[in-house]
Amino acid sequence: MLIGRIIGDVVATQKAPSHEGRKILVVQPLNLDGTDRGDPVLALDAVDAGIGERVLITTEGFSAMTAVGRPNSPIDAAVIGVGLFL
Amino acid sequence: MLLGRVIGNVVCTMKDASLVGQKLLIVQPLDRKGRDTGRPIVALDSVGAGAGETIYWCRGKEASFPFLPAEPPTEATIVGIVDSVNIPERGL
Repeated sequence: MLIGRIIGDVVATQKAPSHEGRKILVVQPLNLDGTDRGDPVLALDAVDAGIGERVLITTEGFSAMTAVGRPNSPIDAAVIGVGLFL
Repeated sequence: MLLGRVIGNVVCTMKDASLVGQKLLIVQPLDRKGRDTGRPIVALDSVGAGAGETIYWCRGKEASFPFLPAEPPTEATIVGIVDSVNIPERGL
């Protein structure tokens, strides 16, 4: 899992049916000191997070699918926690 | 998943049987400003994407799930065509 900050979202009409009804969030992974760590990833929202919030994301398929509640779907990242304090 | 842009396609005549009929596209990963980042990869297409379109793609075993019950040997699949990316950048 990684900590990150939600910097935006993506609108996509044509997408995998299993992504319907879930926000597609642009998450910038962060280092412990709050600086950017690499390029942003797109993660489906499992906890009703919003832009600007610091979040916990998983970047592995099984845990992401389970968190979103859509097994056997093409999901490799999900936001699984909000309101982080380090 | 990651943002990317379709920059071309690959034609391959001799390939795994489960890849027959599938479109192979070349995807350039994008950063938060929509600029190229890293090197292009080849991805399967599950949504009918075309050259020049901004898309998002999925990595790993999950990349084969759009084609269930077939499980083509892919590690990257385009799973959505992006209409718009909203990044307000308010001091974030």
